[in-house]
Amino acid sequence: MTVAPTVSSDERISKVGLARRLLIRPELGAVVGLIAVFVFFAAQSPVFRSPAGIANWLDPAATLGIMAVAIALLMIGGEFDLSAGVLTGTTGLILVTLATRYGFDVWTAMLAGLVVALLIGLANGLIVTRTRLPSFIVTLGTFLMLQGINLGVTKALTGTVQVSGLRRAAGYETARTIFAGTIEIGGTSFRVAILWWVFVTAAATWVLMRSRAGNWIFAVGGNEQAARAVGVPAARTKIALFMTTAVAAWLVGSILALRYTSVQANIGIGQEFIYIIAAVIGGCLLTGGYGSAIGAAIGAVIFGMADKGIVFLGWDADWFKFFLGAMLLLATLANRLVRRYAEEVKH
Amino acid sequence: MIIQTRDIGKSFGSVLALREVSMSVEAGKVTCVLGDNGAGKSTLIKILAGVHQHDTGSFLVDGSEVRFGSPREALDRGIATVYQDLAMIPLMSVWRNFFLGSEPRKGLAFDVATARRVAREELQAMGIDIRDVDQPVGTLSGGERQSVAIARAVHFGARVLILDEPTSALGVKQAGVVLRYIARARDRGLGVVFITHNPHHAYPVGDRFLLLNRGTSLGEYGKGDITREELTGLMAGGAELEQLSHELDRE
Repeated sequence: MTVAPTVSSDERISKVGLARRLLIRPELGAVVGLIAVFVFFAAQSPVFRSPAGIANWLDPAATLGIMAVAIALLMIGGEFDLSAGVLTGTTGLILVTLATRYGFDVWTAMLAGLVVALLIGLANGLIVTRTRLPSFIVTLGTFLMLQGINLGVTKALTGTVQVSGLRRAAGYETARTIFAGTIEIGGTSFRVAILWWVFVTAAATWVLMRSRAGNWIFAVGGNEQAARAVGVPAARTKIALFMTTAVAAWLVGSILALRYTSVQANIGIGQEFIYIIAAVIGGCLLTGGYGSAIGAAIGAVIFGMADKGIVFLGWDADWFKFFLGAMLLLATLANRLVRRYAEEVKH
Repeated sequence: MIIQTRDIGKSFGSVLALREVSMSVEAGKVTCVLGDNGAGKSTLIKILAGVHQHDTGSFLVDGSEVRFGSPREALDRGIATVYQDLAMIPLMSVWRNFFLGSEPRKGLAFDVATARRVAREELQAMGIDIRDVDQPVGTLSGGERQSVAIARAVHFGARVLILDEPTSALGVKQAGVVLRYIARARDRGLGVVFITHNPHHAYPVGDRFLLLNRGTSLGEYGKGDITREELTGLMAGGAELEQLSHELDRE
């Protein structure tokens, strides 16, 4: 073997301008959007830019963000999960029902919820990888089934469409402190969910950028056949992604159940698209193989800001939907340009 | 002699895809497999690569008879195949593609620094001039992609490199670049099987030439035994070409 001349840098690399390098980052569009939305609301509403205001809009960003990050990983891996939103309801319902009606303490009830979530994730993953059906259809099926179970079982047990009374369960106070408490920073109380969100985002980013699994996730989403040809365990990677999404749904479901001590049987319906939208705004391609966890987290902040900012400005909350659609369109257009750039072949 | 086939044959149902073909691959030598479409080139290399199993004749690796059950087994014996439709992910960077499926590890983490460095070094050792290993593979030209795939196979311990029509989809200049890497791999002591239907690509780089036509061998020639013109003539089916030129001649 010849000894490689150790040239640490190629003089032509500098010609790849900083602007082009930044442009190819999946998060770019989201960062621009974040700044624009913040400036828009902060300029008009002093409350929005106050610490209390920030704590206020970071809260919805956190619970949405945990899910958006998990969905982003799944989408980079080339799949969708429409059942993720309803699964937050299912896990919350399991927690409250077991803790209030069957004498479980909160921790055991949460563990039961986690097991169910993992099984549902596993089922989604197995069906998708074994049958090669589009995950859009498979998880649409799971979504509807879970929606039916949530309502049907809750009604059968309680005669109403909600379960409540988690406050009386054993272990509630500790669990609440860890998952649904608040922390004081400079006289403002921030929800502890924000910490979970930061942690999930950091962990997901590490996995994507600095682990073998991350390389496999990009590969199975980019070209599953090619990935399999070089020995990537494509099916296992995808199943793990579905299960990760399910765990995230369990975390969010538990956080919300502990916070409100009751769960509506129809909670989470419609959220699945919000997660996907946040991930897309964060730079994920709908076709897979490209995206970022940080981008999805930023996408979630944009949502949190718009959600609360519209209220701070005293506008009708209906405008939020308009905003959602506009952001989604802009983001997909921006992503398309990035993809074209990345795939353009030089001759 | 790393690889040898003796009167090897393969049929798919009633179709005889390959009959009594003998060839050999030596370390540091390039064996070119030439033939028109349907000549049996792909069947032959798929047997060598472990995708298909032969029905008749014998297939020897390092002098002992083998029958590969899967491409993985061939790979474990050091026989790597670079297919026309390359197994690469366009949106992923060169170094990520280079180590895909065999990522170096440091503790739990993917050793990114090593991967980047080794990819760059390996490409340079092959004389492959990639501007930046961080750029997505999708931005490389066809020839550059072939080169990365070849460097990858060399790095992961290939002794025999099977290249399935690496130059067929390329322009003249790009094909030249790939031919240079074939020569480079040969100089590093690899046995190369170069499949092509273009004698002008095969002749400059080849040491042995196996000519296939309709599933049978027209013979295996050493470079000293055949001229470029003879090779081209045999490829095109000499007489047929002459007749064609008569037909196309004005008057």
